[in-house]
Amino acid sequence: MKLNGAQILMKCLEREGVKHIFGYPGGAVIDIYDELTRTPHIKHFLVRHEQAAVHAADGYARASSKVGVALVTSGPGATNTVTGIASAYMDSIPIVVFTGQVPTALIGNDAFQEVDIVGITRPCTKHNYLIKDVKDLAQTIHEAFHIARSGRPGPVLVDLPKDVQQAITVPKFPDTVKIKSYNPTYHANPRQVARALDMILQARKPVLYTGGGIVLSDSSKELYTFATALQIPVTSTLMGLGGFPGDHPLWMGMLGMHGTYCANMAVSQADVLIAVGARFDDRVTGKLSEFAPHAKIIHIDIDPSSISKNVVVDVPIVGDCRDTLRQLNELLESKPARDWPEVRQAWLDTVKQWDKDHPLTYVWDDQVIKPQFVIEKLYELTRGEAYITTEVGQNQMWAAQFYKFKYPRRLMTSGGLGVMGYGFPAAMGVQVAQPDACVIDIAGDGSIQMNIQEMITVVENNLPVKIAILNNSYLGMVRQWQQIFYERRYSHTDIHAAPDFVKLADAYGAVGLRATKPEEVEPVIKEALKAPRPVVMDFRVEREECVMPMVPAGKAMHEMLLA
Amino acid sequence: MEPRHTISIWVDNIPGVLSRVTGLFSGRGFNIESLCVAETIDPEVSRITIVSTGDEQITEQIIKQLRKLINIIKVVDLSELEHVEREMVLVRVKAEDKSRAEVLRIADIFRCRVVDVSANTYTLEITGNHEKIRAVLDLLKNHGVQEVARTGTLAIQRSKKE
Repeated sequence: MKLNGAQILMKCLEREGVKHIFGYPGGAVIDIYDELTRTPHIKHFLVRHEQAAVHAADGYARASSKVGVALVTSGPGATNTVTGIASAYMDSIPIVVFTGQVPTALIGNDAFQEVDIVGITRPCTKHNYLIKDVKDLAQTIHEAFHIARSGRPGPVLVDLPKDVQQAITVPKFPDTVKIKSYNPTYHANPRQVARALDMILQARKPVLYTGGGIVLSDSSKELYTFATALQIPVTSTLMGLGGFPGDHPLWMGMLGMHGTYCANMAVSQADVLIAVGARFDDRVTGKLSEFAPHAKIIHIDIDPSSISKNVVVDVPIVGDCRDTLRQLNELLESKPARDWPEVRQAWLDTVKQWDKDHPLTYVWDDQVIKPQFVIEKLYELTRGEAYITTEVGQNQMWAAQFYKFKYPRRLMTSGGLGVMGYGFPAAMGVQVAQPDACVIDIAGDGSIQMNIQEMITVVENNLPVKIAILNNSYLGMVRQWQQIFYERRYSHTDIHAAPDFVKLADAYGAVGLRATKPEEVEPVIKEALKAPRPVVMDFRVEREECVMPMVPAGKAMHEMLLA
Repeated sequence: MEPRHTISIWVDNIPGVLSRVTGLFSGRGFNIESLCVAETIDPEVSRITIVSTGDEQITEQIIKQLRKLINIIKVVDLSELEHVEREMVLVRVKAEDKSRAEVLRIADIFRCRVVDVSANTYTLEITGNHEKIRAVLDLLKNHGVQEVARTGTLAIQRSKKE
């Protein structure tokens, strides 16, 4: 059957199981948008800025384990997606972004709304394509989805010139993908796995340091089995939160710059560090030469280039986290049983003591709302079951510290790139993927203004996303650095000139609520959770609260500031 | 000085692949000392030869990052293997009355070919490995080098001995 490019694209999306896309039309994708009117099984969400479409696709992908899809026009439509793509790349999130392009005959002519988006996104996509012949369309789209979701996942961009969308061919839809140069290693080398297990069994002070790989590979069950069987305490990166239950006795909290005293001390004292699906990011390691100085390091990751990139490891294992943990669990069963709680007692007691000495805490105030208290209340009133997205800065760190994530895929945050303005559009994507779930964007008054235009998108589509603004009238994290390292010179971080968020919510047709006193926090949250509509909660919090503990940039993890 | 590594990269012969490779080097702060690229016997495959400097960890990282690129078929660090390296240089050197004979003598000793002559210059074609080329150019510098064009290093693995 003869089809044009736009029709082939729709057929391809259908074959990939795509049900939702986030996008914004324009001249270079008008044929695709026309075809959407004849494609009822794909629901399109019209965002109000292209960056939001990509973050929404990102949130959708994380909450659904599917590939998120965004569709935008050429030129400015395409350049507006770059931040979203770069964020998905840093966090290894599987999305496919379709951009319109000027007709092939005009490429390179500086045509209206022309930009070399393939060139621009080359360093921040897992792969990208410019399709010049409609005959390549079906094959390329299948490859794009395959690359996005396999191996270490990531964003793939497909640039579609307008004449390719209009050109007619008899498409051949491929069932398999064969890329001779792309073959991720899922199954870890059993010899390396055996070496790792021997090292772990001999360890006296082992620590599991897990990352986003646990979440992306859906291996939290396997991790749980392994950690509990051997009674190994667990810490994780921001991206790995929820991969291990946050209310479990073996859980030490997040590590790194704003990690817990307990987790950072445990890593500093460990004799064997088992890194699973994590990448030794600078926010985690602090001063590299003093990171886990006493530990032999085992590193499990599907991406060989992550291994020995920052820290030279003793046992590298290239493989899928789930496959590798399964191998470890199976091998463990064949070993002679030992009374692990007994063996581990001394180490776990030490860890507990660190937690007792310096737990995550804050100073209560009767008059002023503490931001940490808001997060605690959100946790309590949602029973830890909500899908949480965050913006970036203090709000993100308090969410990570005080919302005890019990399940994987419940925290969506721009961990690697640190995009202010990520959380709200991501929450929109999460709500589309999980229509019945409670979805909350934990925001700051700075970040929320970076993509606030999406208020109308959630109102229009009845997506009952809740936004909890921790409003301190500052760009809080930068202010915190200025307070601690720049003698309180608050250069351009005071943003008390701000809109009235309650009125703003009202103007958009959402619900606006405000709490200015600690006793108002609970009623506001309860009312928000009850409302079947989008809600903005404006929490007027302590202006100069700092995220603690804190390891100053470039310092070793044991040199953290506690208050 | 950090060790030199000669890396051979087989890639899909399609537009944009070279910029993926060079973009990776510039984006991650890796150094390129020279770069050669051309089609292989198979027209669908090109071979890139890059000479880079860096310690063991950097080189390992370069190779792993290259292998991650979708259009890269194979990456080999030839420095770890028995291999042959060659580079070609075209150099125009001043050759006036007194020095004409001396320049020719240098050319002869290093088996260079004279590819162009004028009343007061010779253009020489020099082929050899990195060290030989440096030696010739050092000698010719004394006579006044006007212009140099170099191919960059090419390399191939030696056949395995029986």
